[in-house]
Amino acid sequence: MQSVRNPDAGKVKLLLFGEFISAIKSSLRNPWLNISLLVTLLFLYTPIIVLIIFSFNDSRRNIVWKGFTLKYYKKMFSNEILLEAFLNSIVIALITTILSLVLGVLTAILLWRFQFPLKSLYQGMVMIPVIVPEICIGIAFLVFFNMIGWPSDLIWPLSLAKIIFAHSLFCFPFVAIVVRAKLVNLNWECEEAAKDLGANAWHVYRDIWLPHLKPSLIAGGLLAFTLSLDDFVITFFTSGPETITLPIKIYSMVRFSVTPEVNAASTVLIVVTILSVCTAIFLQKENLKKGSFE
Amino acid sequence: MSAPLISLQGLSKSFQGNDAVKFVDLTVDKGEFYGILGPSGCGKTTLLKMIAGLEEPSAGRVIIDGLDMSPVPANRRPVNTVFQSYAIFPHMSLEDNISYGLKLKGIGSGELKKRVLDMLDVVDLKGLERRWPDQLSGGQLQRVALARALIMQPKVVLLDEPLAALDAKLRETMKYELVKIQKEIGITFIMVTHDQQEALSMMDKIAVMNEGRIQQVDQPNLLYEKPKNLFVANFIGSANCLMGRVAKVEKGRTHVMLADLNQEIIAFSCENFKVSDRVQVIIRPEKLTFQDIELPSNHEKTINRVSGKLLEIIYHGGVSTFRVGFKNKNLKPLIVSQLNDDQQTKDGYRIGSHVEVCWRLDAATLVPVI
Ligand SMILES: Nc1ncnc2c1ncn2[C@@H]1O[C@H](COP(=O)(O)OP(=O)(O)OP(=O)(O)O)[C@@H](O)[C@H]1O
Ligand SMILES: [Mg+2]
Repeated sequence: MQSVRNPDAGKVKLLLFGEFISAIKSSLRNPWLNISLLVTLLFLYTPIIVLIIFSFNDSRRNIVWKGFTLKYYKKMFSNEILLEAFLNSIVIALITTILSLVLGVLTAILLWRFQFPLKSLYQGMVMIPVIVPEICIGIAFLVFFNMIGWPSDLIWPLSLAKIIFAHSLFCFPFVAIVVRAKLVNLNWECEEAAKDLGANAWHVYRDIWLPHLKPSLIAGGLLAFTLSLDDFVITFFTSGPETITLPIKIYSMVRFSVTPEVNAASTVLIVVTILSVCTAIFLQKENLKKGSFE
Repeated sequence: MSAPLISLQGLSKSFQGNDAVKFVDLTVDKGEFYGILGPSGCGKTTLLKMIAGLEEPSAGRVIIDGLDMSPVPANRRPVNTVFQSYAIFPHMSLEDNISYGLKLKGIGSGELKKRVLDMLDVVDLKGLERRWPDQLSGGQLQRVALARALIMQPKVVLLDEPLAALDAKLRETMKYELVKIQKEIGITFIMVTHDQQEALSMMDKIAVMNEGRIQQVDQPNLLYEKPKNLFVANFIGSANCLMGRVAKVEKGRTHVMLADLNQEIIAFSCENFKVSDRVQVIIRPEKLTFQDIELPSNHEKTINRVSGKLLEIIYHGGVSTFRVGFKNKNLKPLIVSQLNDDQQTKDGYRIGSHVEVCWRLDAATLVPVI
């Protein structure tokens, strides 16, 4: 998987999950590395593990362990607002993933294959969402939507459009970076060989480009999905009062009190994220099995 | 006389003002194993890609079987290529690689299977159908690339340095294998190489190329025996070269005054030289002998002779190479190559001794100096 320069280290962590595991494997032989690795792991994961454990705590308060219960999960799954928020988050993340993939791939190909005036300027501008602090992007979107007078009284799936629009715009550069890195080592002669054997432009995309780019599409798509799923800042500024996503809902729950229900909701978010990373790693492995000849 | 299968007419290509290929005219006949030989960077790959339609010519035409190929894109030309990097599709099995072109053509699975099996037999890859490219050796990949082109039954197969990436031993085997396959199938091959040994031993006809231009087109033996210029002489095998001026022209014989040696020699020549033309006398090392070795006919008029000092003897096993220097130290020493089966050659010579180097009148080639 490609690593990406990103100010938000927490998100990249997800991408590096696979490498992390192989690092653990290789360091098992060296005791000193072992210890430092253990400390790092502890430091990284203690808060998360504590969060997950206390989601099963049979107590209103989060501090003392009172016994195991699934009560808060039951409660959560009967909390309609929470479920709606969860559904919204998933729908937004899925559509954002698709849009970012399309935009990201097109951008990557444009930057890789074509020469045009002011190309380097354009290249720099595409990367701006990666560098600019999220809060600025959020505010920019807020101002922008106000200015063009985006209707705020749309019915359900359409009401998400604003958030999806904003998410896609800040996610697609990540996809573009990952895909472009992969495009660089495409063997030109493979494309020529395909044409030589009778392939038209569409065949070349389907049989040469797509299989070659598949790992980067998985990585880029995963990146977009998780970026969108757990995004708080930009969503906060672009969602109207009537649309709510899981991170926003969790935030508003925390403002009243930190109950195990919050832990349960967070745990669900974590599980969904980890599941998607695992799927991506699995797909990558599948891809590797089918010959990696680069 | 049938029309040639391929003819290139004034084919040129320049990349941002740099001419890679300059006004190439060639004709290739059906069933020929045609070679394009030249040093690295002389435009061989570019020439092939223009024939395949993968590179747009700046000028000139490619005509295949009487049809002008200019408006025909690469995927519809009756030509298939074995690429310099083989360009095996990494994410397809060996079988899928070979059958890719046929699948695009819409060949039914029954016939497809049969043709793939036949082809695997031809290139000797039976039993490896399920392998992935990273599980194949260089030689096997090379044969996959060949099979992938041959199975399309094109009018011409273009091969871009197909043996360059193989180790010496494998290259030797593949050389004969390729020739065998070509003769068996009867498809016209145009093969590019920078290796003159390869070219001489494999090809029916060779076009020698340098800096984008064709220098000479001939059969291998004529290319070696009768090089048209110094580039060809030096590029194909090694050559001794003496500078001179035409002193007298008789019927079929040209007298050349070697100013550096202050001596006149005679050469058979079919070119029309005029008195005082500047020429180079090119003689292959193995055509030179030492005076005291018996010559078939020791008649004075059939032999040229120069004298010099033996500088060095290099033993190569079957042959030895002798370097003979002249009084004038600025002249390049002559290289004389002799078989080692002769007892005299083995122990008859001492370094530093005086020797006479001889060659028959028909052994040298005269090349005009431009
Ligand atoms: N796409 C290109 N853009 C610019 N210059 C090119 C391009 N392709 C080739 N050239 C130039 O054209 C010349 C001929 O290149 P070509 O690849 O045809 O050489 P070659 O004879 O095949 O060499 P080699 O034996 O090393 O493969 C070279 O000087 C090369 O730098
Ligand atoms: Mg080349």
